[in-house]
Amino acid sequence: MRTAAATTTWTDGVLILDDGTAFEGEVAVAAGTARADGPEGVDGAGGAVATGELVFNTSLSGYQEIVTDPSYAGQIITFTYPHIGNYGVNDDDSEHARPFCRGLVVRDLARRPSNWRSRGDLAGFLDAAGVPVIAGIDTRRLTRHLRDTGARPGAFGADEDAVRAAAATAAPTDGRDLVAEVTTPTPYVVGDADAPYRVVALDLGIKRTILTHLVRAGCRVEVVPAGTPAAEILARTPDGVFLSNGPGDPAAVAGVPDTVRSLLGAVPVFGICLGHQMMGLALGAGTEKLAFGHHGANHPVRHEATGRVEITSQNHNYVVRADTVPGGARITHVNLNDGTVEGLALDDLRAFSVQHHPEAGPGPHDAAYLFSEFTALMDVT
Amino acid sequence: MPRRDDLHTILLIGSGPIVIGQACEFDYSGTQACRILRSEGYRVVLVNSNPATIMTDPEFADATYVEPLDVPTLTRVIEKERPDALLPTLGGQTALNLAIALDEAGVLERYGVELIGASVEAIHTAEDRSRFKEAMAEIGLATPRSGLAYDVEEALRVGVEVGFPLICRPSFILGGGGTGFAHDVDELRDLAARGLDASPVREILLEQSVFGWKEYELEVMRDRADNVVVVCGIENFDPMGVHTGDSITVAPIQTLTDVEYQRMRDAAFACIRRIGVETGGSNIQFAVDPATGDMVVIEMNPRVSRSSALASKATGFPIAKIAARLAVGYTLDEITNDITGETPASFEPTIDYVVTKFPRWAFEKLPGASGVLGTQMQSVGEVMAIGRTFPESLQKACRSLETGRGGLNGDPGEAAHDALDLDELVRHAATATPERIFQVEAALRRGVSVERLHDATTIDPWFLDQILQIVETRTELAALGGIDAMTPRTWRRAKRMGFGDGQLAYLWGTTDQVVRDARLAAGARVTYKTVDTCAAEFAARTPYHYGTYEDEDEVTPLGRPAVVILGSGPNRIGQGVEFDYCCVHAAFALSDAGFETIMVNCNPETVSTDYDTSDRLFFEPLSVEGVRNVCDALGRDGQPLAGVIVSLGGQTPLKLAHALEHAGIPILGTSPASIDLAEDREQFNRLCADLGIPQPPGGTAIDAAGARAVAAAVGYPVLVRPSYVLGGRAMQIVYDDDHLDAAMAELAGAGSLGREGGLSAERPALIDRFLEDATEVDVDALRDASGEVLIGGVMEHIEEAGVHSGDSACAIPPQTLSPDALDVIGRHTAALAGALDVRGLLNVQYAVKDGEVYVIEANPRASRTVPFVSKATGVPLAKVAARVMAGATLAELRTEGLLRPPSDAGHVAVKEAVLPFNRFPTVDTLLGPEMRSTGEVMGIDRSFGLAFAKSQAGAGSPLPTTGTVFLSLADRDKPGGLLAARRFAELGFTLVATAGTAAALRAEGLAVATVVAKVGDDRAGDVADAVDLIAQGAVDLVVNTPRGRGPRADGDHIRRAAIRHQVACITTVAAALAAVAGIAEQLANEPIVRSLQDYHDDRQMRLGV
Repeated sequence: MRTAAATTTWTDGVLILDDGTAFEGEVAVAAGTARADGPEGVDGAGGAVATGELVFNTSLSGYQEIVTDPSYAGQIITFTYPHIGNYGVNDDDSEHARPFCRGLVVRDLARRPSNWRSRGDLAGFLDAAGVPVIAGIDTRRLTRHLRDTGARPGAFGADEDAVRAAAATAAPTDGRDLVAEVTTPTPYVVGDADAPYRVVALDLGIKRTILTHLVRAGCRVEVVPAGTPAAEILARTPDGVFLSNGPGDPAAVAGVPDTVRSLLGAVPVFGICLGHQMMGLALGAGTEKLAFGHHGANHPVRHEATGRVEITSQNHNYVVRADTVPGGARITHVNLNDGTVEGLALDDLRAFSVQHHPEAGPGPHDAAYLFSEFTALMDVT
Repeated sequence: MPRRDDLHTILLIGSGPIVIGQACEFDYSGTQACRILRSEGYRVVLVNSNPATIMTDPEFADATYVEPLDVPTLTRVIEKERPDALLPTLGGQTALNLAIALDEAGVLERYGVELIGASVEAIHTAEDRSRFKEAMAEIGLATPRSGLAYDVEEALRVGVEVGFPLICRPSFILGGGGTGFAHDVDELRDLAARGLDASPVREILLEQSVFGWKEYELEVMRDRADNVVVVCGIENFDPMGVHTGDSITVAPIQTLTDVEYQRMRDAAFACIRRIGVETGGSNIQFAVDPATGDMVVIEMNPRVSRSSALASKATGFPIAKIAARLAVGYTLDEITNDITGETPASFEPTIDYVVTKFPRWAFEKLPGASGVLGTQMQSVGEVMAIGRTFPESLQKACRSLETGRGGLNGDPGEAAHDALDLDELVRHAATATPERIFQVEAALRRGVSVERLHDATTIDPWFLDQILQIVETRTELAALGGIDAMTPRTWRRAKRMGFGDGQLAYLWGTTDQVVRDARLAAGARVTYKTVDTCAAEFAARTPYHYGTYEDEDEVTPLGRPAVVILGSGPNRIGQGVEFDYCCVHAAFALSDAGFETIMVNCNPETVSTDYDTSDRLFFEPLSVEGVRNVCDALGRDGQPLAGVIVSLGGQTPLKLAHALEHAGIPILGTSPASIDLAEDREQFNRLCADLGIPQPPGGTAIDAAGARAVAAAVGYPVLVRPSYVLGGRAMQIVYDDDHLDAAMAELAGAGSLGREGGLSAERPALIDRFLEDATEVDVDALRDASGEVLIGGVMEHIEEAGVHSGDSACAIPPQTLSPDALDVIGRHTAALAGALDVRGLLNVQYAVKDGEVYVIEANPRASRTVPFVSKATGVPLAKVAARVMAGATLAELRTEGLLRPPSDAGHVAVKEAVLPFNRFPTVDTLLGPEMRSTGEVMGIDRSFGLAFAKSQAGAGSPLPTTGTVFLSLADRDKPGGLLAARRFAELGFTLVATAGTAAALRAEGLAVATVVAKVGDDRAGDVADAVDLIAQGAVDLVVNTPRGRGPRADGDHIRRAAIRHQVACITTVAAALAAVAGIAEQLANEPIVRSLQDYHDDRQMRLGV
């Protein structure tokens, strides 16, 4: 056992939503104050108050991946499973070097993790990253509230007055371009120099697991900032372009749909999650916000070509509207819970995209074949 | 791919009698399957020998055969019913093995029966250990190092290659029978011999021990379009080395990262695909090295299992129901999730609570068993508890067990562990026993570190730390000193850690009621959450609740008059599926009558805890606190409850009657005061005297001196028993003062009874004259508010009085009672029912000796025999009883059509008990006043003999029709035994006997082929002893009727040998006479099979023999 019992101390705290609904819990007293490199929306002065849009995730495992997924920028994550932190944190499972989420709401944070790969406990990890956490919350009540009234902003912390004030002014993610917050400032390369496929990945908040899958599929990946123009991307002479996942409202992401439009037809394109929404917008389709989004690892998706059901990992609040998908684009995947669009293909333009996460991280591997479909498209080139 | 229209009739095979390793979870799965297949428009034919099951109710299938589960019988059913398909995956290992046997016998091919749900090839690949290992190697999955052996010498050779310690697993067995660890060659020699015997194909697998590794199970479903989902992941609290059926298990998986979990999920999918289970559920077990994460596949069950029942209840995803639909062609995405009503079943349930399963053992019933847990399953039942966190669900599970525990210690039961020296305590905890987790808590409380306990037990540190949190909370609460120091916050913390009011009362030295009042005054109320398959992502339509301490309660107000039905808790010896049957029937009948029905129970194996059975389900401990909380929550909006039914779930709810009534909760049916009147010896004696009903003379005593005085007055032998127990727990027949003293000492102090309070003026021991050689009779009757009494059934026991009624075979109608005796029995029953003011069911036991009818006891509640009576007569006693309790009269129910006259097809039904001795090789098999059977079967046919023969076949000891009978009779049994022997001889059997018996037989002119020596008589070169003869296969039937009991007794060895070598063994003369009658009639008649529907509906048809 490498991990020692955590020494986190707790004090009474409160979580308040923008509609005034309040939940009592306990907040971890941070070992240090919030740091400059911590996520935005965390006010470090006089005991942290976390603000953000509250969403719930129903995964039973994979909290380290979820917490470090850049797509949660601007959001406070509620875990519906009550015990979080059981297996600690390790050096391999993070989706990004640092978290972008605004805070965590849990029923119980494990104080003594147990797993052969564990290098420390989640409380210490969050503290080091400056991510506040509130525990002891009736997360099921919160989840039911969010389910019934939609994902909504809120705040939590130890000082009830400060929290109430923050909650009243907290903003949802609608209309905000959060990609700028998470994208890489400078290009970087992963994968072998002599890999068979050269891929440029447009980083809208890319998860490490996606890069791992691309590399495993035989790609050398140049990751470029979200604002990289199409011409510059094509100048790198890629075999294919990948559009990554990312946070927030797709309609607010400036410029990227235009970039994608210029890429389509020129090179095979594969998009995941926000990348899929960018593809939709590039085609002229519209997007809309779901009431509370899809955040979990158990969503059934039908692959229309085979009729097979794939259990998928999902993390998005917005979808491409089926009624706006133009001719020439094919809906390849459908969510069986609510019928929303889960995949698009442009056969003539050698491009496709999915709303769910074939890379998992966390979640099932049922859709991992999509990475091979991407390389197959590049083979045709 | 929709429903298959090419199928019309589908045959389902049940799992037969309840045995260890195969309990009522298969009644749950089979019942679900029957309902689904019928709702899909198929004609369902069901065969199951177990009459106590709900699935064998005539209304669940089109043709229900309560017949022995063997190839000849099933062949006759197939020949008669001509099913298009056989679905074998919902009746446990029994059904799967029979499907294979029917296939091998060519029966399926001959009658064109298609196997659906699993192919023969898939079953073989999963069940045959060597093929399974090969298959796993093919798909790159590791399995423990191993080799096969077919005899002991080969086993020793393979064992050395595999390396010690190793585990020995016989092929084609259920519940791990014959499985065990060997640390060296000597241990292996014994183990291998036993394992070879246990395997029907005499094959054992010797395997690298993964003792101490983390153990996991995944419940997986696949449809014919190859969609695969995980329904539930389970992590065992007890690491590898304890059979999963004997392990405390937890859902969901707690200590695997997603990376590791997904690797396991991929492996499970590869496994189900490679094995070739085309549709339905499978259970796949994994072991993970806690140091490295190395993962091996342990085994795979290509069928619905005990774990699937648990997974269904744990998630709300009904595996058996969906498996049945998949088997007839549907795909997962074509099936709607019942709970949400909108989303498809092609998803993976996610939960927002923790489920703990805790096994229930019966070692107190099996003196001589070691009580140490291992790779062979020994538990007889289980409970499940749901809480938001592991500590809460664990403590609720401990309370649900009904072993007198208030939670994880924090009650008088902890004293035994606290008394131990600390090192000794840790040493005890290192051995897996039912007490281990309580010892772990005690050790942590006394300062032993998580590390040290982990080293001693290999239990994962995460679990240990969770228990440590319980300990810390307890310490804080104790330090507060009492109720006055409590705040709403500390109340909430206590309840969230799962502490019951009783534990808090113990900590503070006050009463449960004081704690409850203070707690409620502080606003610390239970909140009920919903089991919804989706962690609240979608609204749930099914009110399946569990209690916890949170902000929000999800119980909706009552709309109609509502009845709460209290279930029977964990299965145990003396209280099993038959009480679940009664509760389920009550739910159905009351629902039909317009009541809202609410079930409270904590047993995940049952039909009663199916969310479909009642309008609302509360998965809660059957404690006073648990039930009061439910009633309070339901009554919160002002709509009063019609009442609570406490008399259908056995002793469990009955024990709560007083406290509930005292709390102002209306009790439906017979009043608690009347229940007391029947239980209280003095009062009951007076009542019988007033009514002029004779009883065996007796009295009560609270100590040995008092007992001796009673015995002196009534004369030996006497029957000694405690009050308020079911299943004859601790009941003994004693013949002298010394044994009487010992019996009293046992009741006063030792064992679980002592822990529950021992003897007191309120709970004295009952001491009665024991009537030797009397005929015992059981009566189930009903009485309504108008005073009408209906005799539901009169059962004559085959074994004489002194054998517990639950262990005795019995027949409907009675076979030897005179019309006069029957008349007296009827009148006595009516008089008792009236005097006790019974509303609902009454069970009375009588002993008939020399024409005189004595009443032994009367219990105004459902008895174990209610389902048997209903199956034999066609009268739905439990349904009628529930309606009567809710106010209907028998006359009204007759008009309504619910109450019908008993069927009168001239048939006889015989119930036979099934005993667990094959699991406990060190326990004596002799029947006595303490019940030890786990289950029962019914034989039904044209005559007593034929029905008895079927009951024996159903119980797994078919009567031979030729061969050799070995007789060893106690002196007092010789007259009756000689009669039986003469008839065996007339039927052509060869007789062998022990010397004394042989002399008696020869004196009667009977030929005795061999005289065998007493066991252990070391007369080298002389004759073989009985055990040798049995082991050689030279005996086809054993009749051994000893007197007295003792592990060293000669008869004990003979009986154990018979069990080990699977030779039918009869221990009473009465049963021997029944057997010889059965054999004679079997020889003279063509065997037939007939459905219950035919017996019940065709009253004209009289069947002559």
